[in-house]
Amino acid sequence: MFDVSSVTALWWAVIISGLYHGINPGMGWPLAVSAALMARKHSALPKAIAMLGVGHFLAMLGILLPFSMMVFLIEKEVELRVIAGTLVTCMGIYLLINRRHPKILSRIHPARLALWSFLAAMAHGAGLMLVPIYLELCQFEGGQGSVMAEGHTAAQALMDSSVYTAFLVAAVHTGAMTLAGTLLAVAIYLWLGLKFISRTWFNLDIVWAISLIVVGAFGIFSAIGGAHVLR
Amino acid sequence: MNAKLRPDPTFYASAKIAMNAPVENFAFTAMLSPDGSQSDGIAVVDLRTDSDTFGEIVHTVMTPNKGDEFHHFGWNACSSSLSPLTGHAFLERRYLVVPGIRSSRIYIFDVKEPLKAKIHKTIEPEELFEKTGYSRPHTIHCGPEGIYVSTLGGGGQDGTDGPPGIFIMDCESFEIIGRYEMDRGKQDKHYDFWWNLPQDYMVSSEWGLPPQFENGVVPEDLLSNKYGHSIHFWDLRARKNVHTMDFGENYQMALEIRPAHDPTKTYGFCGVVVDTTNLQGAIFTWWRDDDGNWQSKKVITIDPRPEDPENLPELLKGFSAVPPLVTDIDLSLDDKYLYVACWGLGEMHQYDVTDPLNPRLNGKVELGGIAKGTKHPNGKPCVFGPQMVEISRDGKRVYWTNSLYSTWDDQFYPDEEGGQMVMARVGDDGSFSLDKDFYIDFPKGLRAHQIRLEGGDCSTDSFCYPSV
Repeated sequence: MFDVSSVTALWWAVIISGLYHGINPGMGWPLAVSAALMARKHSALPKAIAMLGVGHFLAMLGILLPFSMMVFLIEKEVELRVIAGTLVTCMGIYLLINRRHPKILSRIHPARLALWSFLAAMAHGAGLMLVPIYLELCQFEGGQGSVMAEGHTAAQALMDSSVYTAFLVAAVHTGAMTLAGTLLAVAIYLWLGLKFISRTWFNLDIVWAISLIVVGAFGIFSAIGGAHVLR
Repeated sequence: MNAKLRPDPTFYASAKIAMNAPVENFAFTAMLSPDGSQSDGIAVVDLRTDSDTFGEIVHTVMTPNKGDEFHHFGWNACSSSLSPLTGHAFLERRYLVVPGIRSSRIYIFDVKEPLKAKIHKTIEPEELFEKTGYSRPHTIHCGPEGIYVSTLGGGGQDGTDGPPGIFIMDCESFEIIGRYEMDRGKQDKHYDFWWNLPQDYMVSSEWGLPPQFENGVVPEDLLSNKYGHSIHFWDLRARKNVHTMDFGENYQMALEIRPAHDPTKTYGFCGVVVDTTNLQGAIFTWWRDDDGNWQSKKVITIDPRPEDPENLPELLKGFSAVPPLVTDIDLSLDDKYLYVACWGLGEMHQYDVTDPLNPRLNGKVELGGIAKGTKHPNGKPCVFGPQMVEISRDGKRVYWTNSLYSTWDDQFYPDEEGGQMVMARVGDDGSFSLDKDFYIDFPKGLRAHQIRLEGGDCSTDSFCYPSV
């Protein structure tokens, strides 16, 4: 019944969410096109993409790391996953109701791309979208850990493993996001031309909010269902 | 909610794309009642060449109030919505934000269906005073965080309690958010402003304080150089005045700011109404040098025309000359032609500004003018002189009207009354001449001021990507 929760499927979810964030203009690929055109230098494009990636990576870590601490501190793992799932769902519902754009983003200097990317990801709950997937992954890693060791060392191993997983999830996700953004930015910059900036720009606001709700619901559902199966 | 699934088709990533876009179907022109005896309003002009009513006013929306004095106005959203930074791409270019500079009342007109345009919302002056401490709203630009509106007055009855400045409005709800400035430096007067969004700078200009213009030009103030003669450079997002450039106190009334439309360029123009030492009109080019410092140079001067004092209005008798009075300028989207309205002389000049530091006079149209009154090629009179000018996106049609400001019209053209809108055509070779068949006479008792073209024009849209 829960075969989607296999480790492979979860990693695919991390990658697909990365591609999804990458194609969303709200996560910054048009900035890479504009950076290269403004600077009249091809090299400005990869540089901008890299800065956007750094910001996005940090935003993912900023959300995932606190949860990795909680995986370690809170023994009630099912409850944590239910709370996390609820939080993500609530963010989705909030974004669905409040469709105003975060004004803070327009106060950032156009050259500070990493900061912009960090705040854009934060404001849109991009990191939260990964939390249920991440916690599900930790459950697999943690499950193995507890079999292998006991006591203090087990706790240490569990934490190391959850922090490591957080970094890995953030890196894989950001890698996929960067790949998708680069493909779009390069295609428009080199071949398609600026007309496609507006043509490829779809309003993902509602889809994005619904994605958060779906991922959150998945988190809650699999936490409760998974616990049931374990018992 | 105005959210759409795709960006508004009238948002263009670059000026070049806007130039190649479909041409304008309608114009919206501000109408004002000079003595406040009638309501002001917006005229919708048909510009569809295949229409039976081409070149006619096909709809008017009048306000329920009197004494607003419509002047400048702008869109709720423009091509700046495609800014990669702000992600407002799904707004609709649908509303015109139209301030009354005498009443400080602001109207939001819904022009989604031009023939059924209507008033969508009215913001009463008290709300503006309370939320900003500013009065007499003027220039509108849509930019980061919302709609920016410049004002000509501060607080108090005569608008001199505190300096005027810019305030920001929400681009969806039209709520007034508050003042823009965090550090205004030496800026104590205001008029126009515009910016370069990717390069993050703004330039603002100065006319004078309300007592210096509301009841007409004050000759003593003008001759003692008390009108504005500086422009201000701002760190746009830090909201800080980083440099005030004084052209020299004889350059009275530095009005319109026209930056190059291509955001990779770091220069622009500013028109000066009159040099009090010789009555010339002047255009300055401003730019940022390689060291990051702001510079400017006077690149165009327009001489006054000697005239028998008998033919001149009271105000000018002592000078025995007609000053050009450069009251509006506009730059085509390819940054090639700068149109300069000489409201006193009765001439519209077309300069080739391909080299912004060495403009070349390429064409000239004569119409109206003090002690001249050149008639339209169709034989009909045009009152006053060429004033608010607007260029079509493709640069092939140049529209203008002829009122400057009610009380000033009366001083410089005491015997004239009315309002016209005309159009000149620009050939592929740059030839510039009036279209004999395009002539709109405004309803009796109303004068005409700024023109906005459906889908954007050369003084509304800010582009966030270079013209490549």
